[in-house]
Amino acid sequence: MKKILAILAALAAVPALAQSPVLINGAGATFPYPLYSKWFAEFNKLHPDIRFNYQAIGSGGGIQQVTNKTVDFGATDAPMKEEQLAAAPGTVHIPTVLGAVVVTYNAPVQELRLTPEVLSAIFLGKITKWNDPALAAANPGVKLPDMEIVSVHRSDGSGTSAIFTNYLSKVSPEFEKEVGSGTSVKWPGGLGGKGNDGVTGLVKQTPGAIGYVELAYANQNKLPVALLKNREGHFVKPTTETTSNAAAGVQMPEDFRVSITNAAGKDSYPIAGFTYLLVPSDIQDQVKGKALVEFLWWAVHDGQAFAAPLDYAPLPKSVVEKVAARINTLKVQGKPVALGTHR
Amino acid sequence: MMRLHLRNAVNVAATIACGATVLIAMAPLASVLWLVVSRGAAGLSLDFFTHLPTPVGEPGGGVGNAIAGTAYLVGLACLFGLPVGIGAGVYLAERGDGRLGHAIRFTAEVLSGVPSIVIGIVAYGLLVVPMRRFSALAGGIALAILMVPMLARTTEELVRLVPRSLREASLALGVHEWKTSLSVVLRTALGGIVTAVLLAISRAAGETAPLLFTALNNQYWNAKPDQPTASLTVQIYNYAISPYEDWHQKAWTAALVLLLLVGSLNLAARLFTRGRLRDAR
Amino acid sequence: MRLERTADVTGPVGRAPVAPAGPLLPANRGDRLFAVGLTIFAGIVLLIAGLIVLMLLRVAHPLSASTSIAKFITGTDWDPVQLSFGALPFIYGTVVTSIVAIVLAVPVSVGLAVFLVEIAPARVQPIVSFLIETLAAIPSVVYGLWGLFVLVPLLRSPVEPFLRQVFGFLPLFRGPAIGVGYLAAGLILAIMILPTIASVTIEVLKTVPPPLREGAYGLGATRWEAIRMAVLPYARNGIVGAVLLGLGRALGETMAVTMVIGNSHEIHASLFAPGYSLPAIIANEFAEATGPLYVGALAGLALVLFGITIVLNAVARLLVHGVGSRASA
Repeated sequence: MKKILAILAALAAVPALAQSPVLINGAGATFPYPLYSKWFAEFNKLHPDIRFNYQAIGSGGGIQQVTNKTVDFGATDAPMKEEQLAAAPGTVHIPTVLGAVVVTYNAPVQELRLTPEVLSAIFLGKITKWNDPALAAANPGVKLPDMEIVSVHRSDGSGTSAIFTNYLSKVSPEFEKEVGSGTSVKWPGGLGGKGNDGVTGLVKQTPGAIGYVELAYANQNKLPVALLKNREGHFVKPTTETTSNAAAGVQMPEDFRVSITNAAGKDSYPIAGFTYLLVPSDIQDQVKGKALVEFLWWAVHDGQAFAAPLDYAPLPKSVVEKVAARINTLKVQGKPVALGTHR
Repeated sequence: MMRLHLRNAVNVAATIACGATVLIAMAPLASVLWLVVSRGAAGLSLDFFTHLPTPVGEPGGGVGNAIAGTAYLVGLACLFGLPVGIGAGVYLAERGDGRLGHAIRFTAEVLSGVPSIVIGIVAYGLLVVPMRRFSALAGGIALAILMVPMLARTTEELVRLVPRSLREASLALGVHEWKTSLSVVLRTALGGIVTAVLLAISRAAGETAPLLFTALNNQYWNAKPDQPTASLTVQIYNYAISPYEDWHQKAWTAALVLLLLVGSLNLAARLFTRGRLRDAR
Repeated sequence: MRLERTADVTGPVGRAPVAPAGPLLPANRGDRLFAVGLTIFAGIVLLIAGLIVLMLLRVAHPLSASTSIAKFITGTDWDPVQLSFGALPFIYGTVVTSIVAIVLAVPVSVGLAVFLVEIAPARVQPIVSFLIETLAAIPSVVYGLWGLFVLVPLLRSPVEPFLRQVFGFLPLFRGPAIGVGYLAAGLILAIMILPTIASVTIEVLKTVPPPLREGAYGLGATRWEAIRMAVLPYARNGIVGAVLLGLGRALGETMAVTMVIGNSHEIHASLFAPGYSLPAIIANEFAEATGPLYVGALAGLALVLFGITIVLNAVARLLVHGVGSRASA
């Protein structure tokens, strides 16, 4: 008994002994988690007294935590809706990088080409075989197999689904009416995989499968990806460049809450989206606030260099300028932050 | 004579059937174990046990903080869960035949079916939101809620199976009822209760969903109960759902580490109690 | 010394109230404190359940404005965009996979426990118990990954085609063999609840007093007959408790199930078809659910699961008491 008490007393003393650098907590989207963890580590090398802690619990989770004020910052792929902003007034969206949603498949086809009409028909369940005439028309000269199409979607709510369904709703009025867009929708049939990794796994394992995942998953797992016909009529391969191009071709609103699917531009990939960090416009904590604002500045400038090697698309220059201007308007305890020294 | 042959035949058949169940049960369990060991062993190193996690692509790194975090969270869970679970179990065994006892027993059984994610969400609403922070305390309590129903029911069953003669002998010697319950009855059932506790700890150590919304995660070491804390399961989850091969490798290795830790705890508990138990037999 | 009533001594074997049914106010302070302490702990169990139910009811409240309980339970449409919610496909999947899990796991666990305690040499039991208990710590995620990498391909061929050939006359075993589906989920659940049921059953069997067995042998029973007639009846309630614990785990299991069940919103009769379960959809959609009606619908699903657990537990208890009162008469 005495021994237990002694151990407990020693444990209680530990927090008092530890010298704590500032710890800034955030939660939200799963998609940017690997890049953010790289950023936080790199930033910590430059500022050893500032530590960031981020956990991926989903974009909706990030918005929820920001609304409930349980974290210092949030992260989301889909921008907050009006009702959500009303519940969390003063939340600023800071775009950090771009992601692309690619269509991957498991069929003996070298370079599949898809048009918006064909893609929406597949996920509506209207095209059920690989050698359907519509598919053949989009892929002239290619021998398509006589297999059933098994469509794979996300079973869990996700920003990836939101971007994908947003695009399909834009290009197909029928898709918009029957399914609609959102982080979770009612898919007409097909298999549901949990997470990008779940969809990847199902597609890899199921002959004839076709599904949608983030670009990084397709690249890392060396999955075949389809070329999509964009708004200008070009078949574009999803890469970090073509994704960044999509952002360059879009009119950015003041608060950056915009959808960039089906963007203009010859070399723009049509299914792309921003991912955002959510911060209060006026941060209460002095130390955390300054650290957060400095990190944001670093992330949209120096941090962008780390994006492409990890298969994230960096922000185009035009967007960086606007975002930097916005970061300059963030306040800590009512006063603007002096960012001069740390670049 | 025929009847005897038939009975013997049935006996042999039953023995073979039971033996077969051992193989049927062990095969998938062995397969899972083999998968974890074969994939995870490659990443084992001293660094893995002691270092903090590194971002993707960077070599090295480990789950030291997650190991400490899991121990911390499970420790907190035991602090809250063991007294309540075992206490409720003893209550049910000793005084649990009235209406209240039936209600509590039924409640415990139903509670054992609540998905761990629901417990996490409830703990989130009750602790994280009012406290305005994710914390190890919330995580520990969520895990404790998970442990209590199972502990209560198992303890009850085991205490009920202690022969009445032992209790009567103790009472006949003039020992007070409460002391009889603790020193005689509970001590006799202790071996089984230790098993129940180890099972509950194993379960708690292996849970992910309740921790995601309560203890969150932490890239660094943490000893404070009111801060987010890392855990092996959440870290495994993060690594497993990522697209990167080296993180997948780390997921398997972390799973192996979790198994090794729980196995060692199990072993230690068994050895520790071996000398102090009197078997019921 | 308190006098004990004769009724207490003749209660059913193993289930006699261990405390006398005499005056309930204990005679001294130690006893009173102990009794109060125990009651408090037991009460905390009720408190926990109450808090969970209350919280779920509060979150699910917006749902009651848009649909009735009957429509929610029997509806098959789950559409977060149109905000139309029906729980039937998930109820079906939960019940089917849990039944499959119990049917497979209970005979194997009990057989395993019986073998280890009654038949195998005494030294084997602690080792195997240790292995089983450690395996209870394998995270759900890892079981899910094993399911995806090992079980699902195995089911896709050769297992499901074989079942279809042999049992294809039953609607349970028809349809294309994709691998993921109710059968995969049921199997994984069975494997996951096996350690729980087996470990507790082992402990319960270990408490059976030797005189009981010896009595049976003395009467000329074979080993199996001794087990069947002396050991198992004594341990029956403990085993039922173990099985109900396993059932609880099966009903509430999330991660592993969602990785191998296919996550499809439709109801199919065949075990080979993809399906969904209540915990799986709650876990999948909670983090991203926004809006009080959507979140309320998910809380409603949790309450439905509560309801199913209560019903299944009550049914199990009734079955056991029905059998029990005949056996001990």
